[in-house]
Amino acid sequence: MALVLDEEQQMLKESAEGFLAEFAPLGELRKQRDAGSQTGYADNLWRQMADMGWAAILVPEEYGGLEFGHVGMGQIVEQTGRTLTASPLFATAVLGVTAINTAGSEAQKTELLGAIASGEITTALAVDEKIHHAPTQISMTADKQGGGYVLNGAKRFVADGSTADKLIVAARTAGEAGDMNGISLFVVDRTASGVEVERTEMTDTRNYANISFNNVEVAEVALLGEEGKGFKALNATLDAGNIYLAAELLGIAQETFDVTLQYLKERKQFGVLIGSFQALQHRAAHWWSEVELCKSVVLKALQAMDEGDKKSPALASIAKAKLCEVAELATNEAIQMHAGIGMTDEYDIGFFIKRARSAQIMFGDNSYHTDRFALLSGY
Amino acid sequence: MSDLQAFRQQTRDWLEENCPPSMREPVKGGESMCWGGRNFTFESKEQQQWMERMGAKGWTAPDWPTEYGGGGLNKAEHKILREEMSRLNARSPLDSFGIWMIGPALLKFGSEALKQQHLPPIVRGEIRWCQGYSEPGAGSDLAGLQSKGEDRGDHFIANGQKVWTSYGDKADWMFCLLRTDSEAKKQMGISLVLFDMLTPGVTPKPIKLISGSSPFCETFLDDVRVEKDQVVGEVNQGWTIAKYLLTHEREMIGGMGMTDGGAETLSQTAVRVMGVEQGRMNNPILRAEVAKWEIDGACFGLTAERVTDEVKAGSGVGATSAMLKYYGTELNKRRFETLLKIQGSDGMVWDGEAANNGWLPRTWLRTKGNSIEGGTSEVQLNVIAKNILGLG
Repeated sequence: MALVLDEEQQMLKESAEGFLAEFAPLGELRKQRDAGSQTGYADNLWRQMADMGWAAILVPEEYGGLEFGHVGMGQIVEQTGRTLTASPLFATAVLGVTAINTAGSEAQKTELLGAIASGEITTALAVDEKIHHAPTQISMTADKQGGGYVLNGAKRFVADGSTADKLIVAARTAGEAGDMNGISLFVVDRTASGVEVERTEMTDTRNYANISFNNVEVAEVALLGEEGKGFKALNATLDAGNIYLAAELLGIAQETFDVTLQYLKERKQFGVLIGSFQALQHRAAHWWSEVELCKSVVLKALQAMDEGDKKSPALASIAKAKLCEVAELATNEAIQMHAGIGMTDEYDIGFFIKRARSAQIMFGDNSYHTDRFALLSGY
Repeated sequence: MSDLQAFRQQTRDWLEENCPPSMREPVKGGESMCWGGRNFTFESKEQQQWMERMGAKGWTAPDWPTEYGGGGLNKAEHKILREEMSRLNARSPLDSFGIWMIGPALLKFGSEALKQQHLPPIVRGEIRWCQGYSEPGAGSDLAGLQSKGEDRGDHFIANGQKVWTSYGDKADWMFCLLRTDSEAKKQMGISLVLFDMLTPGVTPKPIKLISGSSPFCETFLDDVRVEKDQVVGEVNQGWTIAKYLLTHEREMIGGMGMTDGGAETLSQTAVRVMGVEQGRMNNPILRAEVAKWEIDGACFGLTAERVTDEVKAGSGVGATSAMLKYYGTELNKRRFETLLKIQGSDGMVWDGEAANNGWLPRTWLRTKGNSIEGGTSEVQLNVIAKNILGLG
């Protein structure tokens, strides 16, 4: 497939750009933060997004979705990186849909995907238990008892964990930390008895939670996919997650670049525009070149998911590793080139570095994905 | 069967029959490339056959028009030819500055007479070309060139000195920039001219590089007669064509060296030499260096692909050749630094059969020139800043 957007994808990108600029510009994030918002996003924003069909983009048509594909969804998520728009789009419409669609039974898909597509429910994916992403290291347990399971353990850094209606939880029905086998996925109500949710204040002011499960009883129908064989679906969900995080980071890298380039053309020192200094020109040109590489790899990774390409896992790690590197460069250069004003809270550029680092760390940073890429390549 | 399917079948059959067995093996370093020309010594009879057969079909320049000896293939057919060639691991039949550089410039800017005269021999591999651009005083500042062409009515008399003439001592003809109007502003007053290297007064002298080889010459021009009908485009309007050619050269250098035509990838070499324990390559620092390079290499390859696709779709921003040249050459230098670390003291062996005649240290040193020739990395960054980012 050619590495270009088709007409419909281009239109979706432009409509997302227009919508987000109008209803969810960066100022909205500042407003949520200053108001001490408990969700990090406005409820009516998610309602609007769902009405436009964004929650349904990845849902198959037979379950009430639009089945528009990853390249299209990627354009929206990329735009949310430019505006730093917080919403359930990632945790619900990407992670929730991918996990349920990959692992779920016919009944689960019919029930849950339909409800997601219409914007009725939101989801959160609870995977990590330690400070570093390590999906095989899951030690939370799910013991088979009676007709169902009893869950015990703790999860952290769960995006939308404090607001989601349904938690998709990875727990162990067999084996021990380090084993790929024995991991199972469960759909658990956030309000179920024994689920203890602690909302955490994070640097990017988004909505995360640490969640404890204390003897949480769930019915057998809560099991998503086959018992003990959840790792494959989890992996596919994490690959998708990482590709979308890369798309968001691409938006961040581009927006910080555009804003900084504009500043280089406005700010005067020593009687001239600072953009006339070669020291800054070369750094800007290098930064621009890196962003060009990022555009290519993100688009390729999105296309690979649409095509069911077996290189998707490697591409997910390549894209995430590269975007972590370039987002770090971009946000650091943005502050340095803005200099003093870039250090102030009043100026917007600081919001980008805060969101970028959280997005980098979620589901594995540059070092994690460089290592994973090497392992997948046989070294 | 569709026309394209029929074309694929015919191409496959023809290649099966005409590509000699030894031309289906990977190229062993630069020495087994086929450059053609009056003075070329073929590595083997088969190498010559392969060039001549492909040249006769026009498939050394598959997309050039048939009236100039080219293959006349459209994009889809050209792609099929490439695919069928790689299916056989067929070598490139002819590597040629004629095909890569002056040919496209002639097709775009040359008179009918010049196209008729020069393009068919390029396609057949009969004439090998070299480029007379840089001068001792005009490197990055190419438009500052001083070699003069003095107007003598139907011809010019050229005097001056060119430098970094690739294979100047082996080439048959030169395409050369001369200042033909010394009164005009820097970029004006430059003409692109063509002349035979056997013309009296043309003296190429090889320059020995840090790699020990001499792929470049300095070329002295002493009262060299250049016919007026060998001017490409208009007299004094050569700078536009020169810039067009530089773009081609950048793309060529930027894309070079990412793979060695069927040779090992960086990680394959690393694994072979360093070994793997419990799934991970020994030496974690080097492993990370290799992986980071392969990630960047993959992203760069995809970018070259995307830029091509965007041009086809008519949506490209253009002017990306500077970026590809900058990034590609810097990547290639990095690759060889990493290869050197992988090979340890073996990587320092300069000569001898066992060390492939010092291929690694010599090629490593040669890559240092990648980010200099065709415009330094710093010049490329200037081009990006000025032309794409609009920074003055």
